[in-house]
Amino acid sequence: MTATAVHDVAAGRRPAVRLRKLEDERWLALALLSPTAVLLGLFIAYPFVEGVLLALSDARVGDPGHFVGLANFAKLWDDNIFWTSVWNTFWYTGVTTVFKLGLGLWLAMLLNRHFRGKALVRAFILLPFIIPTVLSTFAWKWMFDPTFSVINWTLFNLGFITQRINWLGDPSLAMSSIIVVNIWRGVPFFAISLLAGLQTISPELNEAAAIDGARPWARFWLITWPLLLPVTMVVMLFSVIQTFADFQLVYVMTGGGPANATHLFATYAYQIGIGTGLLSQGAAVSLAMFPFLFVIVVIQLLYIRRVEVR
Amino acid sequence: MVQAKRRSVIKLAGSAAAVASTGMAGILASGRTPAYAQQKTVHWLRWVDFVPASDTLLRKELVPEAEKELGMKINLETVNGNDLQPRATAAIQSGAGPDLIQAFNNNTYIYANSVVDLSDLVEDLAKREGGLYKYCRSLCSDGKMFMSMPWAVIGAMISYRKSWFEEVGFNAFPKTWQEYHDAGKKLKAKGRPIGQTLGHTFGDAPTFTYPYMWSWGGKEVEADGKTVAVNSKETLESIKFMTSFWKDACDEGGLAWDDTNNNRAFLSQTISATLNGASIYIEASRKPDQYQTEKGKPMKDDILHSPLPAGPTGQFGMHLMQSDMLMKYSKNQDAAKEFLKWIHTEKNYEKWFISQKGYSTPCQAKWEEHKQWTEDPVMAPFKIAAKLGQAPGYAGLPNGKAAEALTKYIITDMYAKAVQGMAPEESVKWAEGELKKIYSA
Repeated sequence: MTATAVHDVAAGRRPAVRLRKLEDERWLALALLSPTAVLLGLFIAYPFVEGVLLALSDARVGDPGHFVGLANFAKLWDDNIFWTSVWNTFWYTGVTTVFKLGLGLWLAMLLNRHFRGKALVRAFILLPFIIPTVLSTFAWKWMFDPTFSVINWTLFNLGFITQRINWLGDPSLAMSSIIVVNIWRGVPFFAISLLAGLQTISPELNEAAAIDGARPWARFWLITWPLLLPVTMVVMLFSVIQTFADFQLVYVMTGGGPANATHLFATYAYQIGIGTGLLSQGAAVSLAMFPFLFVIVVIQLLYIRRVEVR
Repeated sequence: MVQAKRRSVIKLAGSAAAVASTGMAGILASGRTPAYAQQKTVHWLRWVDFVPASDTLLRKELVPEAEKELGMKINLETVNGNDLQPRATAAIQSGAGPDLIQAFNNNTYIYANSVVDLSDLVEDLAKREGGLYKYCRSLCSDGKMFMSMPWAVIGAMISYRKSWFEEVGFNAFPKTWQEYHDAGKKLKAKGRPIGQTLGHTFGDAPTFTYPYMWSWGGKEVEADGKTVAVNSKETLESIKFMTSFWKDACDEGGLAWDDTNNNRAFLSQTISATLNGASIYIEASRKPDQYQTEKGKPMKDDILHSPLPAGPTGQFGMHLMQSDMLMKYSKNQDAAKEFLKWIHTEKNYEKWFISQKGYSTPCQAKWEEHKQWTEDPVMAPFKIAAKLGQAPGYAGLPNGKAAEALTKYIITDMYAKAVQGMAPEESVKWAEGELKKIYSA
């Protein structure tokens, strides 16, 4: 744009009147930003405001309802299924994130070495992430099936168990099963992102440290980890947001059962909002996710900024 | 490559524009809209039938016939039964979707504001076919309007393995819960437990837990429809009995089952009995070579049906009822009504009824006399399923509040929590709290 403008001026011509405003940077910025702003407004801000209004009403399916203030939230306060979902969501997010980070980092370090067939292995590692979640979760559901579980079959035939393990019927086992599937699905994302981060670290640093006599653990802890931290934090941020609002995995595996033991925010909101048709209460449940998520994200963003400044 | 000259492109575009304009002019001159705009379409959403032959019949025969006779397009869509409610909610809120949506049980009350009154159609049908059963009437009508058109009732009976029950000393099916418990205990010891779901699933879970509670004298609400009555001595007894029944006699995987799991478990011979529609027997009859007993004989010859056992206050049943809601947002209401009338004529409905082989019981009394019921004695108990059912919400009406309690699986969860280890007193208190939130609102 600048080049054209210079050229035009040099040629003694002035740009058309309607384009002249764009020479002002403020107008140009506005023009360039507006498509994004419209998209964000239409698909993020508008539904969000609608969601808030819905949560403050007593709307049911087919009945727009009236304004009731915070009544829905007061109801949630006394709702122990809601508190189970809150606890479950934090537990689910916390445990899976730790494991995904640990396993993902380990995998990334391995993949960062040179070995034969490296490209092929890297491609395969991504498979759990590429397969549509609903499909892979259905496969897992069959593996955990109360009657036909292939895991039980194997353990039984190897002589480790004498009775079937009730993977999805026992509340704590059901939660653990879901966590396992989430980790399986999420590790590739961590591994590949961290691998990208690892490859930006100059090998000379590690070599110099090795010459100075630093052992592998010290090299990792004092060189690799600090340099990788900004990438790690961003990957964690994405993962936490996604896991916190997860829906499809739990919906397919247990539907929130047995007896509401595995509900997360999203599945519980779906059950009472879309299933039972109590739209306002469903909206209140999903909105209740917002402050928790907001705090987590702010803390992480502040931390990322600190790391970057350092 | 053929070179397109600028001049030839302009010519081409010009002629295309000319054709388009004369076309439009032609339509305007004739004063009629083109034929395709006159085609009426009815979008009909149903569950995926547990008797696949019936879905095939609808798709291959009945729907094409209706299209031909009524001169409309019928778009039949089938989804998993557990997904019907979400679809209805989404359609109502967005004001667009299927014209006819299948409803289960008293879910119709939840959508009462968003459906068209079908009283004329239903009353007319009832008059022609010997009257509508009380059970079906109470689930589809609030006394003022018919929120949906009754389709059929899927009788819930216990399918059981005759020879296995005989092996543990029960030549006839257990009459009481205590006897059922004793039989199940012996069967479970032989690796053949009773299979029952206590999961969040539309059919087999509530059709077991509600009648079970009633048979002990428990009820969710008093007849006034306001006073929550679940926390009673009777309900508590039923929960205590359930915990030992579950541990001693049942396949404990049932907590995670949906409506399909018990079918698979029964057909693969891991359970000896389960509350179900007749789909297990029908499937076993369809493929006698595939489903065989451990002795190498067709399994269908070893399956019988029985109503649920009796408790201290008697024997009860609740059956999955299906009906079709005509949605208020529909732009094809007249066409949809025409189609409903068509499919409910005796000639057309009978084809579907026969394809079900007794899995479904029609809602009108006349069908009790149909020769289908005499063809197979194993299916005979299903004949009067729709006549004997009791509606959720008892002792109150099966209204919107009862439907909310049903779709939140509160009664089912009350039992599920107890068998998972919660004290019976606690689980009934939990259910009472949840029901009070609904009934006091």
